Amino acid sequence: MANNDNMNVMRDRDLRKVTSSARVGGVFAKIGTYTFLIIMALIVLFPFYWMIISSLKSLDEYRMNVPTFFPQKIMWYNYVEAFNTANLGRLFMNTVFVGVVSTVLSLIITVLSAFAFARLEFKGRELMFGALLATMMIPGELFTITNYATVSEFTKIPALSWMGTNTFGVLIVPFLVSVFYIYLLRQNFLQIPNELYLAAKVDGCGDLKYLWKVMIPLAKPTLISITILKMMGAWNSYIWPRLVANDEAYQLITNGLRNAFTATTGDVNYPLQMAAVAIVSAPLFMVFIFLRKYIMAGVSRSGIKG
Amino acid sequence: MKVVLQNLTKVFPSRNKKVNEEVVAVNDFTFTIPDGKLIGLLGPSGCGKSTTLYMISGLQKPTGGQIFFGDDDVTDLPTENRGVGLVFQNYALYPHMTVKQNILFPLQNLKGADKMSKDEMLERAYYAARLVQIEDLMDRKPGEMSGGQQQRVAIARALVKMPRVLLLDEPLSNLDARLRLQTREEIRRIQRETGITTIFVTHDQEEAMSISDMIVVMKLGVVQQIGAPQEVYDNPLNLFVAKFLGTPPINVFDGKVAGGKLYIGEEAVLDVAGVEDQEVFVGIRPEGFVLDDNGPMSCKLSSVEVMGRDVSIVSENAASANPVVRSIINADNKIDYSRENVQFSLKPHKVFLFNKETEERIYFEVK
Repeated sequence: MANNDNMNVMRDRDLRKVTSSARVGGVFAKIGTYTFLIIMALIVLFPFYWMIISSLKSLDEYRMNVPTFFPQKIMWYNYVEAFNTANLGRLFMNTVFVGVVSTVLSLIITVLSAFAFARLEFKGRELMFGALLATMMIPGELFTITNYATVSEFTKIPALSWMGTNTFGVLIVPFLVSVFYIYLLRQNFLQIPNELYLAAKVDGCGDLKYLWKVMIPLAKPTLISITILKMMGAWNSYIWPRLVANDEAYQLITNGLRNAFTATTGDVNYPLQMAAVAIVSAPLFMVFIFLRKYIMAGVSRSGIKG
Repeated sequence: MKVVLQNLTKVFPSRNKKVNEEVVAVNDFTFTIPDGKLIGLLGPSGCGKSTTLYMISGLQKPTGGQIFFGDDDVTDLPTENRGVGLVFQNYALYPHMTVKQNILFPLQNLKGADKMSKDEMLERAYYAARLVQIEDLMDRKPGEMSGGQQQRVAIARALVKMPRVLLLDEPLSNLDARLRLQTREEIRRIQRETGITTIFVTHDQEEAMSISDMIVVMKLGVVQQIGAPQEVYDNPLNLFVAKFLGTPPINVFDGKVAGGKLYIGEEAVLDVAGVEDQEVFVGIRPEGFVLDDNGPMSCKLSSVEVMGRDVSIVSENAASANPVVRSIINADNKIDYSRENVQFSLKPHKVFLFNKETEERIYFEVK
């Protein structure tokens, strides 16, 4: 009996040793992890920090040989000037208009085609879907060239000139159909059990109503992700708008930023530009803060993009 | 509303184009379901019972034949317009809607003259909810309820628009044993209260027998027998029906008829006047055995299972098609467990003869 007790005591001690050494290891692992994360966070945050302090410096201070890490005199006025110089109000309105219209139209198209590919039965469905997916293999830049050739032709045809260069049409229409979003949503729709569709039929509900009342609410997280990604895409788009819209009335915010602060001498007023960039990033930043959950979900669902 | 099925046939085309292997899921089903009755479609899996149900609901199109609700031919009417209620095996409740919204959904889809005001809809929804006793759960979502509660919601949703026909697809198979007993009583009660013609599908013969007004036994797409449960049990038309109904199942023996007597093994166990001499299958219900020391049939005793009211005697017989012969006798009979053999006499109306080839019933005169 006594022998047995001894054994137990020894075993407990051994166990304690193991757990305490594991605990020490755990603490070190945690310190390592957090150090790494902090360093990475600093690397990621530094450009933002630099953008903000630069936007608050005077041009002279900005051009000093030894850069300062905090502005000697905080120039809030840079923001006002940036806003006026770059005509940011106009650019904002343009971008919001293009972003909202293209997102709404794109959502309608995505939902309807995803529904068709997921639920309706028609001849050649698989073939068509395969063909659509195949277009994803072609890099977007290739489309840019052919699309540009196409829209420059459109400019000359009166009936299609609303999609020619320097129109809102040209900024919106070419990106309305996103095969990727259709694919994403179709997969989501396919996960909704067939019985719900049959039940809805028995309950006297037609296809469109079923889509609206059952499928869309169930796929809401995916739809929110698509909306956010599409909006961010519109906000960030650069190459295409730069190609097709040189009239300021149709320019988007990214392009405006590029040109507005270059003096005739070729010098760039960086503090002002930085201020403008900060203004432009603010909405995106807010979107990210408030809708982080959906963006993360969307990115992890899509596996790429973002 | 009576439901008439006329030569109803469903053929599924073969998937493989090279091999022609069409599946006849339902073959030439003709039956008139009387108004206000509860009908059980019964059979092993793959017998076409669910397909029949889906054809009545309109979710599947028949390959041939017609369906009438009352005098209306609904064969080509789409499901939405048929006015049927259907309860799915997995309930198929809309997961993003509350119970109330789920039950209201069929009413919100009504069109034209049937359209209702909000108050009417709510009234109807609460009536249906009270019928299945879930009025306290109206604001829950399906995910927050037990299987039994979801089942009730599904029934309420199917009933709320006062369907012409109520269809239930394996309504009890996802419930635990105790809940199953309770729910089947419930279904019976609801059906009686509403008087809606109800058809339900099950593979569980006990379930079908206990609540149906009539049962339809199916096998491989072909209807085997239709009738009141007791009638089908007491008077099976063929060996399949005899074997499918009853727990414990019927005992089947190889036997032969010679000179108006039925032989199992070497023993003449029963007088079967009017049957030609031939080899037969003999089906004897477990309750058809009577313990009788002078009885003509002897079996080797294996064990005795006490079940309170009854005693189940498990024995062996060389001619039996099953490994054991199971007989149920009243517990008042005193049995000597140490015996090697038991002797039985048979109740003639619990003994059925079947043709060796066609497995059809052979009738004899019971004296």
